[in-house]
Amino acid sequence: MNNRRGVLTVIGALSALAIIAPFASSYVIILITHALIFAILAMSVDLLLGYTGLPSMGQAAYLGMGAYLTAILATQYDFGLGGSFWVVVGLGILIGAATAAFFGLFAIRATDVYFLMITLALGMCVWGLAYRWNSLTGGDNGINLPPRPEFGIQLSNDVTYFYLVFGFFVASLALLYVLVKSPFGRSLEGIRERELRMQILGYNTWLHKYIAFIIAGGFGGLAGVLWAHMNGLVSPEDVILTTSVDALLMVVLGGPGTLVGGAIGAGVVVFLREYLSTIVPWWQYVLGGVYVLTILYLPGGLMGIPERIRQRRALSGSPEQARKLEAMSH
Amino acid sequence: MLGRRIGRFTWMSVAGCLALGMGVSPAPATAAEELRIGFLAPLTGGFAQIGKDMSNGFQLYLDEVGGNFAGAKVTFIVEDEEGKPPVGVRKAEKLIRQDKVHLFMGGLLASTGYALAPVSTRLKTVYVASIPAADDLTQRESEKYPYVIRTGWSSSQPSHPFGEWACEQGYKRIVVVAADYAFGYEVVGGFQKAFEGCGGRIIQKIWPPLGTNDFGPFIPTLKKDADAIFTLMVGPMALQFPKQLAAAGIKKPVIGGGTSYDEYVLPSMGDEVIGHVSALQYSAAIETPKNAAFVKKYREKYGKVPSYYSESNYTTAQMIHEVMKKTGGKWPGAEKFIEIMSKIQLDAVRGPVRLDEMRNPVQNIYIKRVEKKKLHGFEQEELWNTVIKTYPTVGQFWKYGKAEFLKQPVYSRDYPPCKYCD
Repeated sequence: MNNRRGVLTVIGALSALAIIAPFASSYVIILITHALIFAILAMSVDLLLGYTGLPSMGQAAYLGMGAYLTAILATQYDFGLGGSFWVVVGLGILIGAATAAFFGLFAIRATDVYFLMITLALGMCVWGLAYRWNSLTGGDNGINLPPRPEFGIQLSNDVTYFYLVFGFFVASLALLYVLVKSPFGRSLEGIRERELRMQILGYNTWLHKYIAFIIAGGFGGLAGVLWAHMNGLVSPEDVILTTSVDALLMVVLGGPGTLVGGAIGAGVVVFLREYLSTIVPWWQYVLGGVYVLTILYLPGGLMGIPERIRQRRALSGSPEQARKLEAMSH
Repeated sequence: MLGRRIGRFTWMSVAGCLALGMGVSPAPATAAEELRIGFLAPLTGGFAQIGKDMSNGFQLYLDEVGGNFAGAKVTFIVEDEEGKPPVGVRKAEKLIRQDKVHLFMGGLLASTGYALAPVSTRLKTVYVASIPAADDLTQRESEKYPYVIRTGWSSSQPSHPFGEWACEQGYKRIVVVAADYAFGYEVVGGFQKAFEGCGGRIIQKIWPPLGTNDFGPFIPTLKKDADAIFTLMVGPMALQFPKQLAAAGIKKPVIGGGTSYDEYVLPSMGDEVIGHVSALQYSAAIETPKNAAFVKKYREKYGKVPSYYSESNYTTAQMIHEVMKKTGGKWPGAEKFIEIMSKIQLDAVRGPVRLDEMRNPVQNIYIKRVEKKKLHGFEQEELWNTVIKTYPTVGQFWKYGKAEFLKQPVYSRDYPPCKYCD
């Protein structure tokens, strides 16, 4: 019941966004598109952090692979600027997944903070490649892309591009939702809660985690393809550690293990950063403050707020109900 | 329960509308009496101080004319580009779409310049590159960017005469230590081409990563038989390298690109840099009444000597003012603006400036030696970039000729190849 209501709310909010967005100013449309792309990245992190219990600090690597692939194909081979854009999307997902498959061999053996450190290091490797492999990536200059693809519809129109990204976002959300509700997703949650028990029950936990890692990489690659065309520029700055940390913080802020939380977190972070930084020079403190307060007072992230309110209301309501809730939550 | 759901929807749509409402833009500036200028500078991060120098330069000129360019009231909007090209792009989009600026300018790094130029083409908005020095903005790629105009310099522009000057000093063999990124390659490339063109030899190139603070691993590998060391440092690197070179007991002459010794880092430097020579289109020590007045006024207001970052943006403001004088305070439209501005000739603080047909300045290049002395009537002995030689009206192609020059690839880590390295 509660579940269905949640799904309905999300569908309602998304339709509202799709209807309202074209009426926003052209800069706000860009910001929303920006947020949606990062929402895809954040949801891929959430699959690892929220559902599998793996804090990935290297998600920017897959975004980078997708973005650089798009840029290199477009500038050096003139590929992906027409109907072949869809092929590039497929290739972007593949390269993200393939990179994750390779990195996973090293990373999956570790857990917790060690996993975090290894993914961080692997992410930095990709950044290093982007920064140093001048002939291919343009070094610190990055790569300027030609105008966005055209195939019957013109993606160079920002509203059209918003709808494209919106479509990919909805598809990603739906796919990931189905995934986490599937038996596979349930076993990931089992691994998060107690890996040893899952092993004793006969699950190959390494393989489960490895597959989740690859899927997350694929979504990262998708975000990369969209990101490259969004900015018209791919730069090592996109692949830098900050992007990975951002994605992780978006999930923490929104609420891990909720998928939608990552998307909300992405929205909040993007709007706070892009708007606040145009208003006050000390915006970084505000962002930092929001992070710290969330972690201190909202362990469940923004998505945990309704639950908290309900709990508090129940507590102040009838003591009996409160006791019942208390008992349930333990 | 239904009621509650509706309640939530209402709440959400209100929040949504509020969020979107934030983006409602101010009325487009159709009124002829307003000129909206978007300014990109790093205000946070490692380059924040340079960003301050940049915006202060522009602000100083604005204050001098009372915020009024030939009848047009100037609205000056500064945005933080954080020294990162993608952020620069996003902020430029904000300035153009949200603030409806007539033109945007600034950006610090060469890579930011390369990132901003396509934005100007895409959104058909004038971009004045007052600092980014990336050569190709006004060379091989200039056709792609019809709305880009440069008022600063191109990276290799001061290096060409500097190479010739190095030959005149009798240097035969020079080692290079330079920051490992595109700007470094271009400054070094220009120097190498000119220096080897007059018989010198670059015998070694060392590329420490941008942001290196410990040169311990690099200094001992410097070849002992070199006559001089050419350096190109940026930001904090510029402070560390001469210090560590002196500590290692190396007494060879040191020469370098402009950013290694410009007035942004000079006040923080020690006496070890006295005698070092660099080349740039500006020095705060130029002894003209115009520059003396500028330095005094700037120092009085902001408490420090202006760097080329300040001068360049001050002069840019002056050039924009000149354009507006010609149009009587009316915004002429992007194409027309570029056309008028390309023809401006100015007696600027740095000296006479005009633009070539690819919209890069033709200007004096100053060879400067760091000296400790009193200047411009200030009481203390300080480090100044004393001008020891002036090359007048230097263009971006030096003496090579445009067609000939554009045939070669842009300077890079591997071009010109290091023929005499082994």
